Amino acid sequence: MKIAVCVSHVPDTATKVKIGADAKSIDPSGVSFVLNPYDEFAVEEALKTKEKFGGDVVVYSVGGDQVKETIRKALAMGVDEGVHIKSDVPLDSFAVAKVLAQEIKAAGSEIVFMGKQSVDYDNGMVGQLTAEYLGWNCVSVCVSFQLEGSTVTAGREIEGGKELVETSLPCVITAQKGLNEPRYASLKGIMAAKKKVIQEKAVTGALTTAENLLMKMPPAKNPGRILGTDSSAVPELVKLLHEEAKVI
Amino acid sequence: MEKKIVVLLEQREGKIKKASFEALSKASELASTMGLTVDAAVIGGSIENLADVFHYCACSLVHFSHAELNLYSTSAYKKIAADFISQSQAEFVLISNTALGKDLAPVLAAKLNTGLVSDCTSLSVNGNEIVATRPVYAGKALQEVKLHSDLKMFSLRPNVFKAELLSSKAEEKITVTQVENVDLSCRVKEIQRSEGKLDVAEADIIVSGGRGVKAPEHFNLIEALAQPLGAAVGASRAVVDAGWRPHEDQVGQTGKTVSPSLYIACGISGAIQHLAGMSSSKYIVAINKDKEAPIFTVADYGIAGDLFEILPVLTEEVKKLKG
Repeated sequence: MKIAVCVSHVPDTATKVKIGADAKSIDPSGVSFVLNPYDEFAVEEALKTKEKFGGDVVVYSVGGDQVKETIRKALAMGVDEGVHIKSDVPLDSFAVAKVLAQEIKAAGSEIVFMGKQSVDYDNGMVGQLTAEYLGWNCVSVCVSFQLEGSTVTAGREIEGGKELVETSLPCVITAQKGLNEPRYASLKGIMAAKKKVIQEKAVTGALTTAENLLMKMPPAKNPGRILGTDSSAVPELVKLLHEEAKVI
Repeated sequence: MEKKIVVLLEQREGKIKKASFEALSKASELASTMGLTVDAAVIGGSIENLADVFHYCACSLVHFSHAELNLYSTSAYKKIAADFISQSQAEFVLISNTALGKDLAPVLAAKLNTGLVSDCTSLSVNGNEIVATRPVYAGKALQEVKLHSDLKMFSLRPNVFKAELLSSKAEEKITVTQVENVDLSCRVKEIQRSEGKLDVAEADIIVSGGRGVKAPEHFNLIEALAQPLGAAVGASRAVVDAGWRPHEDQVGQTGKTVSPSLYIACGISGAIQHLAGMSSSKYIVAINKDKEAPIFTVADYGIAGDLFEILPVLTEEVKKLKG
């Protein structure tokens, strides 16, 4: 079975964000980039699916040359092949989904895994959009995944519980933390990844509909008050919450 | 022709959700500023609080009814909502960014070949346009976005916009449309509720614990405080990764981003990933031994002491107050 997994290259979650000179994006200097944490779960699920049903896994990533690093990380975890869809200009979720759908369709994949969102722009929509452009169903934010024949049963996290969703192949699954425990790349995997092929493709005809007008820091909070160092401060705390903040 | 704004409402277990009333309230405000009319729609079987819609917005409401659609189905909901939006010739669509909204809105936008701004925390009117503000990098920064498509969709983060009652209830205009031939190729088979558990994404008060709680069994101190407050129990990434608490309780960049009225952080130092997920809470209380901990930089009130000594006293004081 042909399995696709889509990954993005994002600032590490420990990054302290500074706004760039263009006032439309962050200042990338000193920022370390990683494989998007939710995509790690997607790569793991793709590899587990291959181990169970056979086939091959191809990883796709859209962006500038730097995304090759993230593709290599997925290859080191055990993915067979990489495809770098090259774009030097930032694309919105719709444009990314369109180019992914084109490539995935051409490759004849039957199932696509990706993270539920990238931890940079946090749009949380590329999976669902890609599915719709392919004419497939998508189960988003999955914490469990099962495939039997062509029937897919996936657990989606909802408010106060989870729902079991049933659909069939071909489909797109977006991964939430809790889906699995992503494996670490072994030394052997890292060595092997260096020899694996990364195909390069160019983006054609992707249009963006969302205009990013501005990026800014959230309003700063005034530093609060330390009321004390032990339980003797509790009555004052409760009084403030009740009378000043009026939240209890 | 009159310009329209469509609001897609969400029902769970036969009740329209609070987050949908928040979206309706916002639509009502936009409608009066921009001179729009509001069309609302809800999909489901029998729904008990349909009439409540008119407490929040003067609109016409279509209830798309089908016994099989009480449980969510991406494929069926998508078709019904897309047809409704096309027929209404709306210029704007609002939906709340709940689990269902997150799943449905992008699929709908792609089907209608239109733009969507997800997880908005503010919508402002600039002439004939709406500029959306949304958090990026889990709230470490904010982005302002404008759409260039003819139809413009916005999904609104729950618990941010206010569900405000109209001064007097609007006229009830409800149409029930029986749906036939639903596409159930992607559908929910069953819902597994976490019994009696309040979700951190929906809670008005959250009491969270971190590594300072020291052991999973000590979360009983957190739960004891949450109980009289009617609060949800949250957790930091460290304790979720250690397996002390389930992932759905995690607050922060790889967990949930929350904005409750009150967030009480106990034994949480305040790693940047955690602060990103909770610093938009209206009031923050920090209880932590280390007075240099970053959590105190976002807290309104803090006690720099031992949570094992403080929490039982706090729980008693809250109980007394709630009497």
